[in-house]
Amino acid sequence: MWSSELFFVYPEVVLTTFASFILLLDLWLSPKSKWIIYTLSQLALMATMYCLIQLIAFTPTIVFNGAIILDSISLSLKLIICLFGSFVFIYTRKYLFDRQEFKAEYFILCLFSILGMMILVSSYNFLSLYLGIELLALPLYALITMLQGNKLATEAAMKYFIMGALASGMLLYGISLLYGVTGSLSLIAVAEHLSISSAAPSLTLMFGLIFVFVSLAFKFGAVPFHMWLPDVYQGSPIIMTLFIGTLPKLAAFGFAIRMLNDTFPSLHFHWQPLLITMGILSLIIGNVVAIAQSNLKRMLAYSTIAHMGFLFLGLSLGSEAGFIAAYNYILIYALMALGGFGVMTLLSCESIEAENIQDFQGLSSQHPWFAFLMMLILLSLAGIPPFSGFYAKFFIIKELIDSGYLGLALFAVLMTVIGAYYYLRIIRVMFFDAPQGSKIQTSLASPEAIVLTLNGFLLLILGIFPAALYQFCQVLVLTAF
Amino acid sequence: MIALSDYLTLSAILFGIGMAGIFINRKNVIILLMCIELILLAVSTNFVAFSRYLSDINGQVFVLFILTIAAAEAAIGLAILVVMFRQRNTINVEELDSLKG
Repeated sequence: MWSSELFFVYPEVVLTTFASFILLLDLWLSPKSKWIIYTLSQLALMATMYCLIQLIAFTPTIVFNGAIILDSISLSLKLIICLFGSFVFIYTRKYLFDRQEFKAEYFILCLFSILGMMILVSSYNFLSLYLGIELLALPLYALITMLQGNKLATEAAMKYFIMGALASGMLLYGISLLYGVTGSLSLIAVAEHLSISSAAPSLTLMFGLIFVFVSLAFKFGAVPFHMWLPDVYQGSPIIMTLFIGTLPKLAAFGFAIRMLNDTFPSLHFHWQPLLITMGILSLIIGNVVAIAQSNLKRMLAYSTIAHMGFLFLGLSLGSEAGFIAAYNYILIYALMALGGFGVMTLLSCESIEAENIQDFQGLSSQHPWFAFLMMLILLSLAGIPPFSGFYAKFFIIKELIDSGYLGLALFAVLMTVIGAYYYLRIIRVMFFDAPQGSKIQTSLASPEAIVLTLNGFLLLILGIFPAALYQFCQVLVLTAF
Repeated sequence: MIALSDYLTLSAILFGIGMAGIFINRKNVIILLMCIELILLAVSTNFVAFSRYLSDINGQVFVLFILTIAAAEAAIGLAILVVMFRQRNTINVEELDSLKG
């Protein structure tokens, strides 16, 4: 078994087996024993993480004729995706049980989507990359429409589906042009071909590059390919938003690293302006439009767009230091999004979705602990020290200044100041407005509340010791390249 | 003799029609699904033409995967469409406007 290449995709095999088994098992389970599905899904993620840890000693390895790479970046991203996936399941358990419509499909589709993410981050040729992206996205479309009778969710799913299919069509067109120019589908062969040819890249090649970057921007939700994001975040039930808002962003980061660092490093001069422009536009649109929102999910969607702008500025440097700062940023962002949507999930009960800003009025008098956790998360999103969100932004801005982009750094700081307004507004509503009648029953001793507390305090701890996470990212990025 | 550039032109035109269809169409969701299929077929043409031209089989293998995934994608798209029609009794693109802000 050790000599077989299958050994290196063992985590994926285990996850697939578990997901398929749960899919079958669901047919025979009575409604009362549905908790088995939940337990098995958690077990699936635990087993996958255990298998991933076994593989740490084998990095870096390239298997299946160069289709799959196992390096420190892909392995760490997979581990973190599984870990955060487990958090997502913990948060959603109560929501699904409370509504008397526990659906095993939620966990199955999430597991398959996680499988797609794992394939995406460790893909090393365009075919496995495309398959990973599709396996990531297809379950999500179905996931959004899963709860019956929700018109907004159906509309959100339709919009997400059309835009997602369009983006993958563009990615494919880009790949086909790159294949035509370089004659290979392997990322490393394409990179070699591009670095050898000294002449200016041909028009066909530039078209291919731009199409691939469009689909990359779509996956992150960067302006001008952000239109789907607010609609999908708002229209989906909160448990789907929780999933869509966190894990695919981590997978998209893996996609970005594969493209920027492994495939197109020699074209840095050509793609840098693209990323900087999209970053600037995302920062402006995200921060300014978020101010006008009354729906918290929609507001967080625009805040996501702004955060992705920041991330793009870090990625645009194309240097190792830039990738380290960006990795640090996406990890902290995913943790913040997990916490923010997690609080909203826990506050949503049988009949109410806690999604409008009004629903949070006077939260501090009813649920002081949740209000406090939400405050930690919002302050971190706003980038206020000593929370980790501040250091995430700090490292990106530091790299920008070190590389001589002083104007860009100043602009990013200015946009952060504008962004602070709408985060602080929520805190004001939670602590200083009169409550709108109690409706939410959540016990503090429940496992989800404990995990959420851990999540919130992790943001504080990572902010007090920012070097720890940064050095972790540094080790991962430097050993990968 | 049909040159490589002829195939590429054809696929570029198909791709353009598909894109234009998605952005211009304001009537029917099914037309959107058809346009997506058209884009995928344009890409497949590109791959097969390049594969033949480069004498490299990988491009044609890729096309098989694209066709499979296109089928899965169409299935999900139509499923969402059915749910949408049940809820709204319409599949008009213009009425997909309850989410905005």
